Amino acid sequence: MNENPADLAPELCLLLAAVLGLVGGMFLSRTGQWRVAVLGAAGALGGLAAAGAAATRPDLMAFGSFAVDPVTHVTRIVVLASVPPVLALAAGAVRGHPRESEHYVLILLSALGTVMLGGAADLLVIVAAYLLASIPAYALAGFGKDAPGTEAALKYYLMGAFLGVLMLAGVTLLSGVAGGTAYPQLRAGLAGAPDAAVAAGAVALLAGLLFKAGAVPGHFWVPDVAQGAPPAVAAFVTTVPKIGAFAALYRFGADALPDGAAGWPVLVAVVAAAAMTLGNLAAFGQRNVRRLLAYSTVSQAGYLLVPVAAAGRTGLAEPAVLFYLGAYAVTNVGAFAVVLAAGRDDLRGYTGLLRAAPVTGLALAVCLLGFVGTPPTAVFAAKVLMFGAAIDGGLGWLAVVAAVNTVASVFYYLRWIVPMCRAPDGPFRPARGAALVAAGAAVCSLLLGAGAGVALAL
Amino acid sequence: MLTLVIFLPLAAALLLPAVPRRAVPWAWVAAGLADLALIAGMWAAHGTRGGTSYEADVRWIPSVRAGYHVGADGLSLPLLTLTALLFAACAVYSVRRERRTRAFAMLFLFLETVCLGVFAALDLLLFFVFFDLSIVGMYFVILVWGHGDGAARSALKFFLYTFLGSLFLLLGFIGLYLGSEPRTFDIAELTRDPPLEDAPALAGLTLLALGVGLGIKTPVVPFHTWLPPAHTDAPAPGSAILAGVMLKMGAYGLVRIAMPMLPGAWHRYAPAVLVVGLVSVLYGALVALAQDDVKRLVAYTSVNHMGYVVLALGAAGYADGTDGGAPASGPRLAVTGAVTQMVSHGLITGALFLLCGVLHARAGTHDLRRFGGVARAAPVFAGTFAAAAFASLGLPGFSGFVAEFQIFAGTIGTGAAATAAAGALAVLGIVVTAGLFLRVLHRLLLGGPGELTGRVGDLRRGEAAAIVPLLSLSLLIGLLPGPLLDTIEPLSAAVTGWVAR
Repeated sequence: MNENPADLAPELCLLLAAVLGLVGGMFLSRTGQWRVAVLGAAGALGGLAAAGAAATRPDLMAFGSFAVDPVTHVTRIVVLASVPPVLALAAGAVRGHPRESEHYVLILLSALGTVMLGGAADLLVIVAAYLLASIPAYALAGFGKDAPGTEAALKYYLMGAFLGVLMLAGVTLLSGVAGGTAYPQLRAGLAGAPDAAVAAGAVALLAGLLFKAGAVPGHFWVPDVAQGAPPAVAAFVTTVPKIGAFAALYRFGADALPDGAAGWPVLVAVVAAAAMTLGNLAAFGQRNVRRLLAYSTVSQAGYLLVPVAAAGRTGLAEPAVLFYLGAYAVTNVGAFAVVLAAGRDDLRGYTGLLRAAPVTGLALAVCLLGFVGTPPTAVFAAKVLMFGAAIDGGLGWLAVVAAVNTVASVFYYLRWIVPMCRAPDGPFRPARGAALVAAGAAVCSLLLGAGAGVALAL
Repeated sequence: MLTLVIFLPLAAALLLPAVPRRAVPWAWVAAGLADLALIAGMWAAHGTRGGTSYEADVRWIPSVRAGYHVGADGLSLPLLTLTALLFAACAVYSVRRERRTRAFAMLFLFLETVCLGVFAALDLLLFFVFFDLSIVGMYFVILVWGHGDGAARSALKFFLYTFLGSLFLLLGFIGLYLGSEPRTFDIAELTRDPPLEDAPALAGLTLLALGVGLGIKTPVVPFHTWLPPAHTDAPAPGSAILAGVMLKMGAYGLVRIAMPMLPGAWHRYAPAVLVVGLVSVLYGALVALAQDDVKRLVAYTSVNHMGYVVLALGAAGYADGTDGGAPASGPRLAVTGAVTQMVSHGLITGALFLLCGVLHARAGTHDLRRFGGVARAAPVFAGTFAAAAFASLGLPGFSGFVAEFQIFAGTIGTGAAATAAAGALAVLGIVVTAGLFLRVLHRLLLGGPGELTGRVGDLRRGEAAAIVPLLSLSLLIGLLPGPLLDTIEPLSAAVTGWVAR
């Protein structure tokens, strides 16, 4: 068995940054705590470099439970690349807060859990990573200590605890019938196991991962957290933990389950259809942009589940999942960054943004149209792959559902764009740091879309 | 070379913020004319050869074999020229525009790049990228510069409707991609080796997706309902581009993608295409007859005119016999007529919409009932409008006649009973169109002065400089159709051959 800790260098970088940040934060003055954010960003960038180097080496399995393969590489890169902009967004909001350094450390720890979740090839590692990714996020959601934040944190925690217990039961059941928790063992063991037990275990496991992914039926926390938690936290929890969850779902479907066991593809396909439809329907009536974005992330989770459902049946599924993850992270961070930059939650507050602050307005337009899947943004290329994976994987009906949902989603994204194009009714001063992040994300989205070939070749 | 032509307007748009405020319209005109000159030069150099010129092929997403592949042939060159011409005309027309000129010019230059890209793309994914971006661009034109309270609504309807179409198109493209062997998005390769030959059911579904996608854009009845509000509320140059250039994308896609790549399915479902075309011809004409808003009326005649194109393409689907290798002349004539009609409709309808814009700029409405006797107040306007109306109803001497004559001759000449009957019925469309345009001329230009006639001043120099060239070109094509037809002919022979294989 390979037990070389260097294979986990990106994770260790993040952990080191978190620990140093926690300790260092104690010795720093209140005005000097921003250094922890810089340290965290440095840790993430160091991890990113390590992950990039690891991506050029052949696949391997570390400690018998952590796969280092393209799925992990992409999870690492996307998560680690999301951390610095999120830290930048958070830094603007919690500057001078008594718990500033802890805030950054919680973000780093949750990101670490996410990466572990993406790479886990063992049910027990999944459980540990799930907890590591969730618990800091609960604390982050309630960080503001105000009524909406507390409610959001409570809801988030209760949902997470409930579905986490279900997931634990599923893990127990699956390991019981398969005689082991590592994926190769599961694959071998489940082939001969009774169908009902496998199905029950898979459904219970799915519950926990869907909670992390923010997909139906584990999506109830998403709008409340997005609205109630501080905006930077909302940007974080609606983006980063999801990445690990989708990677874990994909890996579980492709590696752990025997082909087509427990009706997994159909199950995931139905969940995907439900998530995109319900997310879209709920987003229609929202006037609060953070709630609107929250429901949009639920529907995006639905699209992301489409290639997960087609896992193992078509060669397009893996590039589709991975590319969509990157595209989604960029676009979502960009959209939330605009919300932070503008500092307004009501749709009407965005009247005239395009003229009053052209760069921020344009960034928002690119991100929103990106969510729709307008070329040449990143999500466009991802959606093409997603449709291709669905049709090639024999899920033509899901492709049609996704297409219809995409059109429906245009409606509420445009509800945000329309007031932006009107004449401004007052001065508009976007926060500089967040505006910069937003513009950067929009440019990244365009580059990732136009340079999709380069990204996919890696 | 072609890449330069496509992206020149975009480059100009990006430079526009640095141009001083007064010079913005002139910079826009200069960019438009430069692009037009380049394309005209390219056409002249291409001549009337068959085959594709100015090809460029760069790998873009190699893992799905999609590339930046562009080229120009007998089908795309006339449409590219039309695009550049109409955009230049819109630039000239808008020289005196006062409201947010810079943003308007930038958006139009962006749209020009996108529209040129659609007609030059030889890769399905690239085609889709440009196709979709044209929707986004036009959405903002209608939303921000549209007139009337309904502009936001019309823009939303336009976006939702055409976006739905584009997604169906995407599904169709993915179907073609998955059906090809080896898998590719390249139009040239897919044309050479059509996918889904041995899976008629899948080919039918793919054709349905493509047909719905392109049909919404064309638009054919019953997918035309987005068109009247979008045209009515868009600013005049927007309507001209929407009708003159963007409607062609649908029909162009049928000729470029659907017919060559799914010849079997096209052949099988030709009767359906024929019927849809016929219904669009008759329905468009009849509804136009009932309109009092002159812009809405012109919009419905677009449904009618594009219906002829679809009719002709449906008739071309009946091409079966290759007697001794040469495809039969009827279908070939129909395809040539269809492409000619695309160009002709672009010129004439572009001019008509700009004239409607003049009317609106002066009087603030398009309502026919409130005008009358404009000929006395504004003789040049009246003369131009009459010329455009006669051109649109297919008077010999204008390009519309050349196109429609070939369409009818080709459709009836295909030899099948169904096409003959459809062709004969479609002639009724001409009669109705003639009636409705005469009614407009009667109401608008002749008779006693109406309530708003006093406000209608004559054409300004800039407006005339935009509109007259379009009509002159239509007249030129009507009198000397040779060069245009010779350019299209090799392509239509090839398309007919593909469908018949």
